[in-house]
Formats: sequence, C-alpha cells, structure tokens
Amino acid sequence: MSFWEYANPKKFLATTERFMPFLWITSGACLAVGLIWGFFFTPDDYRQGSTVKIIYLHVPAALMAINCWFMMLITSLVWLVRRHHVSALAARAAAPIGAVMTVIALVTGAIWGQPMWGTWWEWDPRLTSFLILFLFYLGYMALWEAIDNPDTAADLTSVLCLVGSVFAILSRYAVNFWNQGLHQGASVMRAGAVTGTDTTEKVSNVFFFPLMVCIAGFILLFIALVFYRTGTEIRARRTQALLARERVGA
Amino acid sequence: MSLSVTDLSIARGGIPVLEGLSFRLVPGQALILRGPNGIGKTTLLRTISGLQPPVSGQVDGAEDQIAYAGHSDGIKPTLTVTENLKFWASVFGAGAIDKALAAYELETLADRAAGALSAGQKRRLGLSRLLVTGRPIWVLDEPTVSLDVRAVEMFANAVRGHLATGGSAIIATHIELGLDGETLDVGPYRAKPPEPDDFDGGFL
Amino acid sequence: MIALLMRDLKLAFRAGGGFGLGLAFFLIVTIMVPFSVGPQSDLLSKIAPGVLWLGALLACLLSLDRLLALDWEDGSLDLLATAPLPLESTVTIKSLAHWLTTGLPLVLAAPVLGVLLNLPAAGYLWLVVSLVLGTPALSVIGTFGAALTVGLKRGGLLLSLLVLPLYVPTLIFGAEVARRGAIGMETQTPLMMLAGITAASIALLPFASAAVLRVNLR
Repeated sequence: MSFWEYANPKKFLATTERFMPFLWITSGACLAVGLIWGFFFTPDDYRQGSTVKIIYLHVPAALMAINCWFMMLITSLVWLVRRHHVSALAARAAAPIGAVMTVIALVTGAIWGQPMWGTWWEWDPRLTSFLILFLFYLGYMALWEAIDNPDTAADLTSVLCLVGSVFAILSRYAVNFWNQGLHQGASVMRAGAVTGTDTTEKVSNVFFFPLMVCIAGFILLFIALVFYRTGTEIRARRTQALLARERVGA
Repeated sequence: MSLSVTDLSIARGGIPVLEGLSFRLVPGQALILRGPNGIGKTTLLRTISGLQPPVSGQVDGAEDQIAYAGHSDGIKPTLTVTENLKFWASVFGAGAIDKALAAYELETLADRAAGALSAGQKRRLGLSRLLVTGRPIWVLDEPTVSLDVRAVEMFANAVRGHLATGGSAIIATHIELGLDGETLDVGPYRAKPPEPDDFDGGFL
Repeated sequence: MIALLMRDLKLAFRAGGGFGLGLAFFLIVTIMVPFSVGPQSDLLSKIAPGVLWLGALLACLLSLDRLLALDWEDGSLDLLATAPLPLESTVTIKSLAHWLTTGLPLVLAAPVLGVLLNLPAAGYLWLVVSLVLGTPALSVIGTFGAALTVGLKRGGLLLSLLVLPLYVPTLIFGAEVARRGAIGMETQTPLMMLAGITAASIALLPFASAAVLRVNLR
C-alpha cells in the first residue's frame, strides 16, 4: 500500500467519496459549535466590545488563505516531479477556495477595522500582503482558464505557483519594510495586535477555545471543499477525455 | 551520424496520434513521410527535433544534429535577406552564406527586406537556412508549400547535394520530389484509441 | 549569442520595432500626473519619485507582449529552440535586449521628467541609481510572464495580471530608494534589497522562463 496509489483518479474518487459525509458533518458541527459558542457564550472584550467576536471568522479564514496557497505549492511540486494528474487538479480546485478565504479575511478585517481604527482600510503590512495574495490567486486562476491543453496548463500554473510563492514571500517583507517607513510603527503595532495569530496568545482562554474549534471547522471545511472540487475537476477531465476519444473514432 | 527511432508513440494536444513507429536513418539517406492530413506527421517531426517529448519510445542520435524547418520560416520582415540568413548562420555557428543564396537563386534579392518578398521567395529563404546550419539531419515539414516548379527543382537539388555530402533528410510532403529515398507511410501506425480503463491513470 | 542580441536590437530600431514607444508612454504618463493631482509643486515633488517609478514600470510592462510573441508567430522560437544555444541563454539575451531598448532609455529619460515633476535636487542621483538597479529585474520578470503567455491569443491583459503582482517587491524597494534619496534619508537598506532582488531574478528566473517556454513550444 503506497500513498501514491491515491493519485489514481478512480482510487482517489472512491476513497474521498467514502470520507465526504464524515467531513461535511464534522466541519459543519465544528463551525456550528465554535461560532455559536463564540458569538453567544463568550463575554465582550473590555476594550473592543462585541466587535471582537468577528475573530471567529477572521482568523480561521486568514489562516486557510495562506495554507491553501501552501497546499497548492506542494501539489504543484508533486505534479512537476511525479506527473500525477490528480495533484495538478487539486491545486486547480483549491485556488478559488483560497481566493474566497482571502476575500473573507479581507472583508471581515475591514468590518472589524471600521469600529476599531475608524477606517475600513489601512495600508497595514498584513492587510496589504493579503491584498497581494489575492492578486496572486487571481493570476493563477486566470492562467488556468486561459490555456486549453490541460497538461500545458498544469505545467505553466505549477511553475507560476513556485515563482509566485517566492515573490509572495518577498512582497511580504517588502510591504513590512515599506509601511514601517511610512508610519513609524504606531498603527502597525495596533494592527498587528488585533490581526492574525498573535491574538491567540493575548486573548484569554474564554476566547481561545471557541476559536480553536472554529479553526478546526475551517480546516475540515477546506479539506471537504478541496476533495469535492477535485472530484468535480476529475469528472470534467474524464468528460473531456471521453469526448476526445469519440473524435479519434473509438 | 545516424538517427534511430524506436517504438515511438506520440500525442497531439493530449490525444495519441501515432504509436509503435520505428525506423533508422543513415547518412546519405532520404526518408519521405506520407500520410493523410492530421495523421501526425508534423507532431512526429517536432518530436524528432526535440521540440516535444514522446509519449513513449526513443529518438536516438538527434540531439544537436537536426536542422528543423516547419510551417513558418522564422523570417523577420524588417531585416534583409542577407541579414536574416547571416543571423541563422551565426546562431548555428556556420560561416558563409553565399552558397546558400546561390542554391536558391536569392542573390538578386539579397538586399531586399524580407517583408517585401513573395510567399514563394520567403519559402526559398527559409529553406536556404538549412544550408547555413551545418547540421547533418534535415527534418522538413512540407518544404515545398508555395514553391513553383523551378523552385521545387532547386530544393530537390539542394537535398541531393546534402545527401551526397553525407547528410540525411526526413521530409513530410504530398508531392513527388524526384529524390531516390525510402518512403514511409505513417498511416498504419495510427494510434488505436486507448482502453477506457487503463490509460492516463483512468482519465480515459 | 551576440548575433541574437544584435538582431533583436536591430529589429527594435527598424520600422515597426516599437523602440521609443515605451519612452513616449513614460513621457505622456508623467505629463498626465499633474493634470490629475493638480499643479501644486510641493505635492508634485513629494510624489515625483513614486510616480516616475510607476511610469517606468508601466512603460516596461507595455512592451512585454512583443518580447517573445513576435518570434513565436514567425516560427523563430521553434528554430531557436533547436539551435545550439540553450533556451536559458536565449531568454536571457531576450531580456537583455528588452532592457537595452526599453529599460535603459527610461533610466536616461527619468531625470528629465523629474524636472517636470519638481523632483528635489537630492533625488536625481537616487532616482537614476534605483532605476538602473531595478529595471533589469523588471525586464527579467517580464520575460518570465511573456514566456508563460506566449502561446495565447490576446495574452496581453493576462500578462499584466500575472506580471504586476511579481513586480510588487521591485517597485516597493525601488520607489523607496528614490523617495528616501529625495528627502535625504539613508537609502542603504532598500538599495541592498533592490540589488538583491535584481541579482537573484537575473540568476534564477531565466531557468523558469526557459522551462515554461519549452512547455509552450511543444
């Protein structure tokens, strides 16, 4: 039993289909428990009031937005090295999910930022990096859509994902540098304190546990969506292949 | 330097077109490829030239030995005939272009911008490029398109001269060139549609 | 290699080669800026480094879709791929030719346009230095984008969408050098970062460009 045999589309479909109900139910349950717990059974923050509760959507979405790109990077590498079609299709399937997660993180961030900083948008390094990440997702998806031949598209998008990852990290550092240069730190520190993972260390356990449940829910939801969409992509490819077979004259 | 193709299978746009193709090309030999449109002659020639990877099988002895001429000639319209030819001569590291110009009677056009040439004249310029590459194996895809009878004769002479000096050529064409060489009809090698369950890890 | 470079330069300078278009675009964009933000000279001098960098970047971007597409259309790329020259060298030469015909003229024109935008006197040197260091990266990254989209009809818009996010770090550090230089701050850190990005791009990206070009050629 090798891990790689799941790279066979049929095997992949058969296996994931067995797990799908479990994934949907557990992710739904985690999200329901985490969000209800977080929204209704945690106290308001003494400084931020009830607005702090958007953390239960914002932080998991932001985490998944980054990890989704990381997953695409790995599946792209697997495609380039081992030429498993399912791997390339999984990367393709994940991209729109990652893009949506990025948008959720940006929008919830804006909604949170409005009462906190009195502005919907701040050119804070974190926010800016997410905006750039969103652009990378857009470019990646656009390239997939633009190319007819699926193998060519998989190759090109994989290389773009690799190169893009390097430049995304570079952008992260560049943006950090650039904004400190402008703002001399003050608003950056505050922004850093309310966005992202360092929050979890500052907030007390009351907020921490429901947040963990929400993060688990988002992870499970992400896995379920990726499996589901990869299945769709596999079936689409199969349809294409069958049509091509018909043209060849089988 | 001989070229050998062993059990070659090739695909175009992900669809297999030819399979189980084997042949050998020795110095001094010309191989004429025949077959209906769409059978995969261009794909075969591009695979031999190393522009695309085969699905399976091997091409040996092709690396850095091939001069490829496809459907387009790689001619820059704003450069003159001489400049175009000189460029390819220096890219391939071969020197003189006079012989090549003479072989296709391009001397009188030498200083004209390539954009001002007729289709047939452009083709002659494209074919004369083969003579300045110094490569022993010519891989030619429909070389006689838009050539008149006289130009086809020039081309046939150029190929004969190339073969006489130990070169070889694979030519996909639909017309009779008057070359003595073997003819390979690729029709029988048409790829059979793959079994629904085993190709491409189950995609087909 | 020299032959390829000379040919590309010759093609750029001959009729229809597009040399000077990028430069003219740079000029026009720079002239448009005061029309859109107003003629106050203190405001203009404040934004001048950034505007000039953005203008140079866009001018660079505009000429990218010709970089490989023309050679693709007339079959030259097929022939170059079968030539003794490795494809990595071919794309490097192509980037170099692009920089010589687009990037370098922009660098030379930038100080002149700086006058129009009331760039502070201290800024000229740093503007030129940052552009000299940064524009080669723009050409190399752009070549990668051009190689990705070379087989596509109407790939121009997609090319911009792919390349612009990749330009972000170069733009940030480049414009930062120019901006800091103009107001007399230390420029060493962004300058080092800019040089690093350019050096790494030149060293590594041609391999990626050649790889995607091979994929596109098959």
